[in-house]
Amino acid sequence: MAALTPISRKPLSMVLPSVALAGAFAGIFVGAGNGSVPMGMIGGAILTAGLAWFYISVLRNERLAYWINILGFGLAGFLFTGIGGGILGLLGGWFFVWFTYWLYEGRYRRKLLPYLTAQQVFFHYLFRVICGAIFVFLITPILVVLPLSFNAQDFFTFTPEMLRLDPEGYSLKHYQDFFTNNEWQRSFKNSLIIAPIATIISVSLGTLAAIGLSQSHVPGRRAIMAILISPMIVPLIISATGMFFFYSDIGRFLEGTLGFNKTFVGYLKVILAHAVLGIPFVIITVTATLVGFDRSLTRAAANMGAGPVRTFFKIQMPLILPGVISGGLFAFITSFDEVVVVLFVGSASQKTLPWQMFTGLREQISPTILAVATILVVISIALLTTVELLRRRSERLRGLTPA
Amino acid sequence: MTDASQTAGPMLAADGTPLKQSLARSLRRQKLRALFLIAPLLIFVLVSFIVPIGSMLFRSVENSIVRDTLPLTVDALQSWDEKSGELPDENVYEAFVRDMIVAIENKEHTRLGSRLNYEETGMSSLFRRSGRQIKKLDPETDGPFKEKLIDIHDGWGDVKTWQVIKTHSVPITNGYFLNAVDMRRTPDGPRMQPEDKRILVKLFGRTLFMSLVITGACILLAYPVSYLLATQPTRVSNMLMILVLLPFWTSLLVRTSAWKVMLQQQGVINDTLVWLGLVADDARLIIINNQIGTIIAMTHILLPFMILPMYSVMQTIPPSYTRAAKSMGATNWTTFWRIYFPQSIPGIGAGSILVFILAIGYYITPEIVGGTKGVFISNRIAYHISSSLNWGLAAALGTILLAVVLILYWVYDKIVGIDNVKLG
Repeated sequence: MAALTPISRKPLSMVLPSVALAGAFAGIFVGAGNGSVPMGMIGGAILTAGLAWFYISVLRNERLAYWINILGFGLAGFLFTGIGGGILGLLGGWFFVWFTYWLYEGRYRRKLLPYLTAQQVFFHYLFRVICGAIFVFLITPILVVLPLSFNAQDFFTFTPEMLRLDPEGYSLKHYQDFFTNNEWQRSFKNSLIIAPIATIISVSLGTLAAIGLSQSHVPGRRAIMAILISPMIVPLIISATGMFFFYSDIGRFLEGTLGFNKTFVGYLKVILAHAVLGIPFVIITVTATLVGFDRSLTRAAANMGAGPVRTFFKIQMPLILPGVISGGLFAFITSFDEVVVVLFVGSASQKTLPWQMFTGLREQISPTILAVATILVVISIALLTTVELLRRRSERLRGLTPA
Repeated sequence: MTDASQTAGPMLAADGTPLKQSLARSLRRQKLRALFLIAPLLIFVLVSFIVPIGSMLFRSVENSIVRDTLPLTVDALQSWDEKSGELPDENVYEAFVRDMIVAIENKEHTRLGSRLNYEETGMSSLFRRSGRQIKKLDPETDGPFKEKLIDIHDGWGDVKTWQVIKTHSVPITNGYFLNAVDMRRTPDGPRMQPEDKRILVKLFGRTLFMSLVITGACILLAYPVSYLLATQPTRVSNMLMILVLLPFWTSLLVRTSAWKVMLQQQGVINDTLVWLGLVADDARLIIINNQIGTIIAMTHILLPFMILPMYSVMQTIPPSYTRAAKSMGATNWTTFWRIYFPQSIPGIGAGSILVFILAIGYYITPEIVGGTKGVFISNRIAYHISSSLNWGLAAALGTILLAVVLILYWVYDKIVGIDNVKLG
């Protein structure tokens, strides 16, 4: 709507001080790295303001100015600190020439409402910068893990080789360790056993209950809902404490009195505990899907002679399937990511992947954790995509336009 | 319906029963079917979740071990005045020897010793050391026992020992709850613990304080982001939403380990600061294993839980309101403070309670980045479960925490409603 705001060139008296201010800010870091902060600030301000004046008043060619600035800064950075500095220089050079022209040509107003005052424009961009910083805070920790998992050293930080982008600084050895180390493999296998079974239990029971809850007359519906959602509300440490007492009694009973295999009982305890934790997610997502379910469809099916079971599988199930699957994914990730309860309820032979990571972080710290973390991030991206696609499909099925 | 008006009497259904009755039957059948569908899950959750929580609540007051192990002694101690400052009579000692011989045979005396050791240090070794020699006594012939027991261990000649046994002989005790708030049962009623043992109230206070700080930090960071998401066109906000949802979906352990990597002394943040020259190499910031570490990491982990409710509330605020305010001459600040902000308060409320509930019971992150100074009450619970084995105290601490969470949850239900919980 505001794309047609007319823009005009700004006077140098506004452009040069702004650029100099940004230059001084960047100069703080360069100056601090080289011994003197005030010198860096003054130097940065003079350098960037001078260049801006040169480009605008003397060169008068934007394209050429871009090339000169980017390559010049990049070269300077490379000569002083190598490849890492070179890349920083290229980026910095691009930013300053872009910033100069953005201000000078008045492009910053192009997408804004024409009647905004200068102060409003300033706050608009200040707000953007703040939001950008918060997004950086949100995403940086996850992005930092990815390259560090390829570290050739056993360090948790970037080595000089990595910063120089030297291939020798990178290796796949932590991934290799993950795929060959018995302990990691066993815990991964345990996670792959426990999470799917727990998910199946919570999805099948949860879907049935959600269908029951969505009927029009359910006595004590609020109370039932509160009980079914409670595993999500009660802090995990309390659930774990309660389950610790309870399941150790149950386990003793199953092993001692009924004579079950110890390993089997161990898995059973963890699976049941995880299934309970996943149930609220299934209930919430499936009931949300059922809200938009057109009940006349089941009546029509019954009218045409289908029994309740057939109606359920042929009519209702396909329509609510997206909700069921995303509930299942939530339940899966809850179990796959859970460590407190398994720490209390399980024994060493049920060690899951998060448990192994937890002990790794607490005791013998090894960079293999970062390789595992990277794999898990990839898995969570895949899950996120699946859930999003399912949500859109569900909205399409229900005749809504996907948002 | 001419038929109905002609024949007086109840309206009939097709099969001839009165319509009212037939409808009631159908309704009843519907209710039964709904309950039948819910029943398996309800029973499952009740048995494997509600009952364990209940058993934890019970364990926080249960204390039958003293009475079960020393039944005769407890009876004999009834007639002893614990405030007199004198040792109990010979009959108490005799009853004690009889009890102990049975207990030692069943190897229960050490368990009792460690139970009483939570109340008075030294009890555990007193029971363990005397056990072997008490076993050699014959309750029928070797009496009187008072002198002999005091010979075996001085502890039996100490009034305090008998006071502890008598005070903790009740089957249902408030002792664990008193311990949980830094008090203890004494013959003179509840008293404060000695200064050097008072840590739990401080820990509760710290847990609440840090959860509040984390909630506040989340509000500050989430508000601008949610506002941006709510005011951008859908295509842009969906793209930005990925940046919020990716951390939300990423494993908790991954995010915690990422923060461990970032915050360490030789970690990414410190290395960057040193490289930039903002921090000297020998003066690296200590931002892990203390409260700062816990606050930074948990703010990051809980931020999506604040952004999502705030965003869904802000989405519903019509932009025309702020435009109307501006057209009538309101300044930017007035427009925000008088028009926009009041409408976004429900989102702040919902997000804050959610984040606070989650923060107050956190265990993993404080355990890994919190060191000793930045841990929560949940870490203490875990310590009592797995290391000190004082399960009663762990259960009492858990019960108090649960009560706090349930009150907050009730508030959340009043303000937002459980049915409005949305995911993703």
